[in-house]
Amino acid sequence: MTAAPLLDVRNLQKFFPISKGFMQRVVGQVRAVDGVDFTVNEGETLGLVGESGCGKTTASRCILRAIDPTGGQVLYRTRAGAVVDLAPLSQRALAPFRAEIQMIFQDPFGSLNPRMTLLENVGEPLLVGGMTNRRERTERVAELLQLVGLRAEFMHRFPHAFSGGQRQRIGIARALSTNPRLVVADEPVSALDVSVQAQVLNLLLELQDRLKLTFLFVAHDLSVVRHISDRVAVMYVGQLVELAPTAALFSRPRHPYTAALMRAVPVPDPRVPPGDGVLRGEVPSPANPPSGCYFHPRCRFAQAICTSEAPPLREIAPGHMSRCHFAEGLELAGA
Amino acid sequence: MQVRDLRVTFGLDEGIVRAVDGTSFDVLPGQVVGIVGESGCGKSVTMRAVLQLVDRPGRIDSGTILFRRRDGAVVDLARLPARGAQMRAIRGAEIALIPQEPMAAFSPVHTVGAQIIEAIRLHGAQQGRRVSGAEARETTVGLFRDVGIAMAEERVDAYSWQLSGGLRQRAMIAMALSCRPRLLIADEPTTAIDVTTQAQVLELLRELRSKYNTAIIFITHDLGVIAQMTSHVVVMYLGRVMEQGPVDQIFHAPAHPYTRALLRSIPSLYGEARTALPVISGSLPHPFNRPAGCPFHPRCPEATARCATALPKLMPVADRQAAACFLHSAAAEA
Repeated sequence: MTAAPLLDVRNLQKFFPISKGFMQRVVGQVRAVDGVDFTVNEGETLGLVGESGCGKTTASRCILRAIDPTGGQVLYRTRAGAVVDLAPLSQRALAPFRAEIQMIFQDPFGSLNPRMTLLENVGEPLLVGGMTNRRERTERVAELLQLVGLRAEFMHRFPHAFSGGQRQRIGIARALSTNPRLVVADEPVSALDVSVQAQVLNLLLELQDRLKLTFLFVAHDLSVVRHISDRVAVMYVGQLVELAPTAALFSRPRHPYTAALMRAVPVPDPRVPPGDGVLRGEVPSPANPPSGCYFHPRCRFAQAICTSEAPPLREIAPGHMSRCHFAEGLELAGA
Repeated sequence: MQVRDLRVTFGLDEGIVRAVDGTSFDVLPGQVVGIVGESGCGKSVTMRAVLQLVDRPGRIDSGTILFRRRDGAVVDLARLPARGAQMRAIRGAEIALIPQEPMAAFSPVHTVGAQIIEAIRLHGAQQGRRVSGAEARETTVGLFRDVGIAMAEERVDAYSWQLSGGLRQRAMIAMALSCRPRLLIADEPTTAIDVTTQAQVLELLRELRSKYNTAIIFITHDLGVIAQMTSHVVVMYLGRVMEQGPVDQIFHAPAHPYTRALLRSIPSLYGEARTALPVISGSLPHPFNRPAGCPFHPRCPEATARCATALPKLMPVADRQAAACFLHSAAAEA
């Protein structure tokens, strides 16, 4: 692992306007991503977790520039070693970096073109990238299909002939076609059955090892994230609430929300009694977040200061960040 | 309820798909039974058969579904006409379903309250009891409070699309409970919602069971939910029951290789991180292309020559636990 991070996200913001009435006047803003900072080092996997609506997908889309961030920087270290801020670049200026940053999608049924064969689906990014020689492309696709554990003969078939797990492999092959350095995977296994999930997770780990890939892994399933990540970032209502190395986060979470998320996961062992302290209430709306700490209305440890003062994200142990006034004092049970 | 040798087939142009192929299990009053299996294993179709809701071209070919009604009479649901008066009186009133996708289950053009009130009045009328609109509304508000919906009075008049995922699922549970069913079928009730909401819904179902002594059939592929919610587990694969038994035995002394493989393949919060997970080799066979013999044999690490030709029968392996595997019993099905 090198010292300079491959990706350095600083104060990333994405606000969506709320408009009303005939004139579509802007009456408010949904602060979907509200000042997120994190780094991803080369060769590591950063897991990004949170409940639906917490902004994790929006944040990942901003990094890919599938949507334009409202503010902040997305610093990316290129293969040549230069650091570029992707956030303000035009689509044209982004083009050289498109091959280096790729995406794996959640829905293996919606993300492949049903009218294209695997050769066309997987080969499309190559064609866009300028590999116009058909034979060359065919060879590369065959190589890619084998890489993800499919047979090269499959390349003339259409996506409908494949199961969910196989389609996800096809999606992975397509993402890898341009030799990317950073792969953003948005819930890549949540649509799959448990047994298939394990196969795809194993494949991702193996590919990372072989191709020295860097992953930003967005998911809501804590067990999956724990399994695949080196470090984990937890989001709540558009903000990071905790970021730590995986083992540290799961053995001793330093934010009450992280601990509550862990308790909510049902343990696959009937001898472990059902977890107590179910998290009450609903996730607040990012259009109208609560005062002070966004988590205080649902927090068991909330005190007067939590309702008035928003806690900053602080480093409370080496590499362990938490956005809680009482992070040091809390004795939270991990998994 | 007692299901015996249930078979449901779908006659398609390409051939016949045996979605449920000889399934048997029991549900006792107040018991929580979990049905686990991968997609396409027939778990949902089994439940639709119980409610006589199998869509065409699917049909129940053979088998019995004996259900003891509230008045003590035992009926075979598999023989009842799907649209007959008797089935309509049972469906919703005595056996209720919590469907997988609460968004699709409510009509978007009626308020959730109106839909529940309709159900209460309809089933009241079937039992020869006229329920006034005001009375039904009061019951509905009470149900909303029971399932933990804040501001129940106002939420009764909300449309389903105005509610959040958790609230919608709660409203769905309120609807399912509106006629005090004796058996509740929860088909993947928590897959579409977040973990914290899931924990709330599971706790709610646990409370309701102890309050009303409702039997619950839980269909899910989440083994964590199964472990935490059920007392008895049925493991299905390609329309057949592979193993069934008390939850503790299924998790700590699984007898069937499929159950063992399934348990090993789940990533957990406790296992070793960043190591390869043991996987079940191969993939689910295509429904038209069922393997002969034991359906699991092509993927089974312990398969023998016999598994490829003969179909093992579900035989007892321990107290209240049964498995369909030649490792435990040589008995085969004709």
